[in-house]
Amino acid sequence: MSEIIKTDVVIIGAGPVGLFAVFELGLYDLKCHLIDILDRPGGQCAELYPEKPIYDIPAWPIISGHDLTEKLMEQIKPFAPQFHFDRMVTKLERQPDGSFHVETDEGEVFEAKVVVIAAGGGSFQPKRPPVPGIEAYEGKSVFYSVRRMEEFRDQDILIAGGGDSALDWALNLQPIARSLTVVHRRAEFRAAPDSVKKMFELVDSGSVRFELGQVSGLKGGDGQLTHATIKGAEGEIDIQVTRLLPFFGLTMKLGPIADWGLNLHENLIPVSVETFETSESGIFAIGDINTYPGKLKLILSGFHEAALMTQAAKRIVSPGERIIFQYTTSSTSLQKKLGVD
Amino acid sequence: MAKITFVTHDGARIDTNAENGSTVMENAIRNAVPGIDAECGGACACATCHVYVDEEWTATTGEPEAMEEDMLDFAYDVRPNSRLSCQIRVSDDLDGLVVHVPERQA
Repeated sequence: MSEIIKTDVVIIGAGPVGLFAVFELGLYDLKCHLIDILDRPGGQCAELYPEKPIYDIPAWPIISGHDLTEKLMEQIKPFAPQFHFDRMVTKLERQPDGSFHVETDEGEVFEAKVVVIAAGGGSFQPKRPPVPGIEAYEGKSVFYSVRRMEEFRDQDILIAGGGDSALDWALNLQPIARSLTVVHRRAEFRAAPDSVKKMFELVDSGSVRFELGQVSGLKGGDGQLTHATIKGAEGEIDIQVTRLLPFFGLTMKLGPIADWGLNLHENLIPVSVETFETSESGIFAIGDINTYPGKLKLILSGFHEAALMTQAAKRIVSPGERIIFQYTTSSTSLQKKLGVD
Repeated sequence: MAKITFVTHDGARIDTNAENGSTVMENAIRNAVPGIDAECGGACACATCHVYVDEEWTATTGEPEAMEEDMLDFAYDVRPNSRLSCQIRVSDDLDGLVVHVPERQA
């Protein structure tokens, strides 16, 4: 087991609200570690709409999801938050001393005085294509990412999808595969033109097979795939397949949050409107993941919640200490923390 | 104004009065049409407002643009008359439009 990382606050989710929480907590000297399943900050702003405009951020008549994330990263830089990307929090438990034990699927262990769940719509997970019985093959013959390339050596690989992940892995796995087929519903790909060109060169040379259609069925037994059925315009064909890699993007799932003993209401976490604390003291929920009377799922609301949550979090981390409310405009001590004095 | 009819997977018909300039998805959500999830809220970023445009109307609604076509890759059971309803904008020309809601969203 890796060394335990001790911190004031673990923030689950590095979307806009999780990022801004670092700022508010930082003003009160609380140090934060952020954990996110994506490989970069921004949450939905990074994954769903990086280039799309947002019109309701105060003082920004228009800003893209990408730029909002960049600006927040700049704003929280003085507080040196530590990021842990590509990880999902799997375990959250209270310790006898009242602190929290947090574990990720990559085996990191954190000990935090306060946990802030800013997980938005849940964690982004790969979409499962609507193929009957596919669950039985997952983890043995069907994979949604390539963690170890050796699993694919000398296999008959079928890659489904038309984006960069599909094509990148087609190009990377083709040299070690026994056979490799790409199936996509149309002849156009939404991938880097260079990868598309390379793939069609491999198709022309006979090294890669391209099928126009959608996977409609799987055959095999005991988790071991032997054939896949592809439904195209001219009907169905069966091809020999021992590994299937579907790449149909990501969807949001609540995930392990449901197992942490918190009260839930329709997959949302009810909180106090004064502190944004959940049913468990010391665990807070802010942003799209929480619910309370009058809740609106706006980034704006999440920012407000982060500021109020901080007051309660500070009382837990520094019990007995007098909390002085100050303005960044006039407080020299806050300005020192921000590195602007 | 245009009258738009949503036909759900089990055959129920839901008639709505749609304002010009709104999207077909917005009218589905306002009228609580079952089977239209619209997870991303209309940003053409999720493919969960997928509909089949009735064959009589495909010429009027037109073809998906490149970005929508890319996003349809993530939808379930895509057909030649598939569209994302957040990308169909209502005008008088669409008065009487019929769209079919798929069995499920991706």
